[in-house]
Amino acid sequence: MPDGATPVLDVKNLKTVFATRSGEVHAVNSVSFDLRPGELLGVVGESGSGKSVTMMSLLGLLPSPPAEVRSGTVMLGGRDILKIGAEELRNVRGREVGFVFQDPMTSLNPVFTVGFQLCEPLRKHLGMSKAQARNRAVELLELVGIPDARRRLGDYPHQFSGGMRQRVMIAIALACDPKVLIADEPTTALDVTIQAQILELVKELRQKLGMAIIWITHDLGVIAGIADRVMVMYGGQVAEHGPVREVFANPAHPYTRALLQTMPKMHGARDAKLRVIEGQPPMLTRQPAACPFTARCAHAFDRCGRENPARRDIGHAHDVACHWDHTTADPLTAAEAPA
Amino acid sequence: MFNYTLRRLLLAIPTLLFIALAIFLLLELSPGDPMADMPLTIPPEVREQMRLALGLGEAWYIRFFKWLYLFSVVEPSHVLANMTGLDWLAIEGQRIISFQTRSPVGDIIAQRLPQTLWVVGLSYIFGIMVAVPIGIYSAYRQYSWFDQAGTFISMVGFSLPTFFTGPLLMLIFSIWLGWFPIIYDTTLVVDSWYDFGLQLRQMAMPVFVLTLYNAAQITRFMRASMLDNLTQDYVRTARSKGMTEKVVVLVHVLRNSMIPVITVIALGIPTIFTGAIITEQIFRVNGLGALLITAIYASDIPMVLTLSVVFAILIVLFNLIADLLYAVFDPRIRYD
Repeated sequence: MPDGATPVLDVKNLKTVFATRSGEVHAVNSVSFDLRPGELLGVVGESGSGKSVTMMSLLGLLPSPPAEVRSGTVMLGGRDILKIGAEELRNVRGREVGFVFQDPMTSLNPVFTVGFQLCEPLRKHLGMSKAQARNRAVELLELVGIPDARRRLGDYPHQFSGGMRQRVMIAIALACDPKVLIADEPTTALDVTIQAQILELVKELRQKLGMAIIWITHDLGVIAGIADRVMVMYGGQVAEHGPVREVFANPAHPYTRALLQTMPKMHGARDAKLRVIEGQPPMLTRQPAACPFTARCAHAFDRCGRENPARRDIGHAHDVACHWDHTTADPLTAAEAPA
Repeated sequence: MFNYTLRRLLLAIPTLLFIALAIFLLLELSPGDPMADMPLTIPPEVREQMRLALGLGEAWYIRFFKWLYLFSVVEPSHVLANMTGLDWLAIEGQRIISFQTRSPVGDIIAQRLPQTLWVVGLSYIFGIMVAVPIGIYSAYRQYSWFDQAGTFISMVGFSLPTFFTGPLLMLIFSIWLGWFPIIYDTTLVVDSWYDFGLQLRQMAMPVFVLTLYNAAQITRFMRASMLDNLTQDYVRTARSKGMTEKVVVLVHVLRNSMIPVITVIALGIPTIFTGAIITEQIFRVNGLGALLITAIYASDIPMVLTLSVVFAILIVLFNLIADLLYAVFDPRIRYD
């Protein structure tokens, strides 16, 4: 990937809060990351770690109330899209950023034809006529590998299989040739063979169209297969971030290490038990003054309960938010790693 | 779809025959005598002859089949002849005669129908026109003051029976304020603007009472259905495509939400003819509901039987229409 190129998307200190009966939930807490042109950024973390909420916050797709994007900047195309008006934001959605969601069974509107749903963004954003939009829609369906595309435009979502529906979703997301594609667990709801097909499709489309992709998943295997960089999230924060090979070879955060250990091994004893990370993800009702992973961390020491670690650079474009030094296995003092 | 409709229509015939028989037998078993209103001075022999003249001397099954023939062949021919103005269509001879008025039931029903359609039908249409937008907006702005107020009013409209709201309105608007007449004048012929004004004024209260009731019901369904759909994943998809809120709500969500509401509306249409019995009584609207009540009081068996079976036909028919509309709005449902 072209290193040092200006990022297409640059997110700084994003904070999203949900108002609930039992107080505010800090679902996204000072998350910063960038996305370079043509790059694929993998975002991993268990359920509730704030992956999806982060991405939906970018485009204001969370229901508000209860959600509120409290602070941060999201630079896209030279402007902060958290500050622009509703109409301009709608022109970003679908036009500059495409979204693919987790469950293709429910993400398409059941009472409209696939053609209608695919033509909508084309007509709104690109001002195409009905006939132009239909022709483009046929091209898009062919692009994502749906046979007999022209005839299938008139079909309803329930006439497609799960994998085919996800292909349609991808076609919709790519309709206006966006610079960024955000895929929120697009293969989680599909069975393994279909998953592999969708992954192949995305790899291929990325080469053809050259857009940058954010791929949210909790499947480390998928990340290893397709991502350039990986961002590990925990408790609404970025725990670790870096190039895929580097992070997988050299995991610095105890959470990343634990995650990698939970992956079942292809080789070795068959009766080996699956590893789990003990405990529950934290409730984020209080503004965390501690590292959110403290309660489940094998290396936690007193400082972890007092100070939330800041992200520190550990070389090779790799950074981690932890008070514990993975190279020496020693706790770090405030001087060595400021919070 | 066509085959399905045809099959359903054919299946409706035995259903309706059975319903007609059941109503007939119920009326046979019910107490009451069409002669009860006659003066006691009439000697028993004469009374008996009058009974025979009404056809009550025949066995029940003969009376039933005679009625069935008249109902399904003769009466429709007269209604058709009246509607088209082609007199030769009407079949000469015996018709179903109301014991009370001694005139054919078909003609009486044809006379009464317009009042019912004007008052009750109009209030149903108003009810839908009010309820659908309120339901949509209430759901879109859930828990806003608009939604709270709408929920409160529809709760009130739904829980207060029309026999309470009717007299209440009469007290306020007819007796205290004197704006609207208490009694609905069926003989009013609208041929001038002045008469049109009178007609509007006498319709105002019954239409309002029924509109409130209908709107309350449909609003609740509309709101619930919209709420179900607003949180669906496809709504997020539509927003992520950059669609405006108007398109998201009024195209994507509305079409899905209309599916159950259409059914409720279609199934409610027969109640236009039957359900307003009480309201018609209160406002003295001389419609079908009032007709049925007086016929029941007078043991006017041919009238009660004919009206009940007409209502049964409407209910069966609109059930079918609801099912067909379901398929029109929801592409996942196909009847092939």
